[in-house]
Amino acid sequence: MKPLPRSSILSRYRLRPAELLFWVLPILALFLFPKWLALGTLVLVFALFALSLDLLLGFAGIMSLGHAAFFGIGAYTAGILAIGGWNEAISGVLAAALLCGAGAGIIAPFLLRLTGLPLIMVTVGVASILFEVANKATWLTGGDDGLYGIRMRPLFGFFAWSISGETKFLYAFAWLLISFVIIRRMVSSPFGIALQGIRENTARMRLIGNSVIPHLSIAFIASAMFAGIAGAVWAQTGGFVGLGVLSLDTSIDALVMLVLGGLGSLYGALIGAPVYLIFKHFAQQWNPFYWMFLVGTMLVVVVRFTRGGILGVLKATSERVTGHKKS
Amino acid sequence: MSSLTFVVLFGVSYGLVLALIAIGLVVTMGLMRVTNLAHGAFAAIGGYVSTGLMTKAGVPFPVAIMIASLAVAAFSIVVERAFFVYLYTATELEQVLLTIGLDFIVIGALTFVYGPNIYSTPLPSYLSANIDLGVRTIETYRLVVVAVSLIVIGGLWYMFDRTTLGARLRAAVDNRTMAQSMGINVPVLFSLTFALGSGLAAFGGALGAPMLPLEPLYPFKYLILVLVVVALSGFGNVKSVVGVAIVVGIVETAGRLFFPGLGAFLIYLLLIVLMIWRRDGLFSARRT
Repeated sequence: MKPLPRSSILSRYRLRPAELLFWVLPILALFLFPKWLALGTLVLVFALFALSLDLLLGFAGIMSLGHAAFFGIGAYTAGILAIGGWNEAISGVLAAALLCGAGAGIIAPFLLRLTGLPLIMVTVGVASILFEVANKATWLTGGDDGLYGIRMRPLFGFFAWSISGETKFLYAFAWLLISFVIIRRMVSSPFGIALQGIRENTARMRLIGNSVIPHLSIAFIASAMFAGIAGAVWAQTGGFVGLGVLSLDTSIDALVMLVLGGLGSLYGALIGAPVYLIFKHFAQQWNPFYWMFLVGTMLVVVVRFTRGGILGVLKATSERVTGHKKS
Repeated sequence: MSSLTFVVLFGVSYGLVLALIAIGLVVTMGLMRVTNLAHGAFAAIGGYVSTGLMTKAGVPFPVAIMIASLAVAAFSIVVERAFFVYLYTATELEQVLLTIGLDFIVIGALTFVYGPNIYSTPLPSYLSANIDLGVRTIETYRLVVVAVSLIVIGGLWYMFDRTTLGARLRAAVDNRTMAQSMGINVPVLFSLTFALGSGLAAFGGALGAPMLPLEPLYPFKYLILVLVVVALSGFGNVKSVVGVAIVVGIVETAGRLFFPGLGAFLIYLLLIVLMIWRRDGLFSARRT
C-alpha cells in the first residue's frame, strides 16, 4: 500500500505509539490488582459497550438513548444459550452478535429517517418495549428474577473459568481488543470518513450523491453487534442476567462513560469506562442516590466546562505545555 | 358502560395533567430550541414542595399548589441563567446530556431531603368525597382536576393568542433575530417564558400529585410520557398538545384497566408507530 500523503484526511488515523499504553495498562492491572479482577472485567465489558456507542454517536452522529436494547439482547442470548445447555462461550457471543445485527437491520430503515428528539424518543421506546417483553416472558428470561447460574465450558477446552477470574478478565480483554481493532479500521476507512461527513452535514452528503440511510444503517448494525458482544461477554463473565440490562439506566451509563472520556475518539470510551465504574463502585457502597447526585454533577461539569471530556482536557493541556497544536 | 365512563374520566383528567406539564415544555422547546429533559424535574419539585407544605405546615391544598408553582418559577429563572443560557447555542447532544445531568442532581437531592420511598399526597376531605354522576360515582378530585386544567389551559390560550406578551412570544418563536431587531428584548422574554413553562410543570406536578405519585425517580418516570405528548403534538404546536395529551391519557388508563399484563407496552407502541408514521405530529396537516 502506498503511504498516505500528510494532507489526507485518512492520515489522522495513523497508529501512534501512545496508543499501546491503553493495551498495556489492563495487562499491568491483571498483575497489580489480582483482587479486583471482577471489577476489571466489568470495566472491560463496559468499555466495549461505550465503544459501540461511540461508533454510533461519535462517528455516525446517531443520538440513541436506547442502546441498552442491544446490550440486553446480547446478554439474554448468551444467558439463555448457556442455561439451555450450549456452554461454548465464543459461539455464544457470535450468536448474540448476529441476533443483534439482525434486530438492528430490521428497525434501521424506520429509525434512521428520524433525527433529534423523535429519534431519541423512538430509541427509548424500542428499549422500553424490550424491557416489558423481557419482564413478561418469564418462561424465557426468568422475568424479575433473571437468569441464574450461567456456567461456561473451559475456553478452547483448556482454560477453565477459574474463581479468581483471570480467564474472565483476559477473555473480556480479548473481545475488547478484537472489537477495537475492527472499529478502528471501520472509522479510519473511507466508509468511516463518509459517516463523519453525514454527521457534519447530512444534506450536503446527500447532494454529492452519498446514500445516507444505507451508510447509517451499516453503522447502526455494526454498533448493535458490538453492543451485543459486550452484553454476551457481560452475561458469560458475570454469570447472571437481570432485567436491569435493558433499562434506561444502562443506556445512560454508557452515554455518561463515553462523554466523560471524550466523544468520537474511540479512546474516550476506554478512559471513561474505568473512571466512571471505579467511581461508581465506591460511591454506590456509600449510597446509590448520592451516586446519582454525583453523576449529575459530573455530567453538568463535563458538558459545561470541558470540550471533549477527559481526553479533551488532556489534549488541551498537552497543547498548552508543548506550545503547539497537534492535528 | 361503567368501565367506559371510568376510562374516559380518568383518562381525561390524567391527560389534562400531562397537558399542563407538556405545554410548559412545548413553549420552552418551541421558543428556545432546547431539548429540555430536565422539565420533569421541575414538575417533581413542584409536587414535593406543595405536598411538603400541606403535610408539614398544614397549608391548604390550593394555596400550597400556588406557592409551589411560584417558587419553582422563580427558582427556574436562576437555573435558566446558570445553565440554559449556555445551551441555547450548544449542540443537541450537549443539551440532552446537561439536562439529564440536572435530572440526576434533582433526583439525588429529592432523595436526600424526602427519602427514597413514595411521598404520598393526602387529599383534603372535600376532594376525596365521591360524587354520583348517574352512571357511576367518582372522586370529586378528578372533576376538579379537569375543571382547573381547562381553566388554566384556556387562560394560556388567551395569553398566547390575545395579549401583547403572547404576540411577542409568537414573534420570537417564528424569527428570533427579527423579533430582536423590532425591539423585543428576547433574553428577558426567554427567562420569563422559561419561568412560565417551569411554573406550569410545577403546577401540573402539584395538582396531579395524588394521581401521579411522587417518588425520587419522578423526573424520568413521567418525563417519558410528557415527551411522548410533546413529540406526538408536533413540537411547538400548543393547540394539539391538549388533544394528544388526552389521547395518551385515555390509552394509558384503558391499557392499565383492560390489559394490566401489558404494562407500559401500549404507550410505547403508540409512540413508535405514530412517530414513524406521522413524524410531524398527530394532528398536524400532512406536508405536501
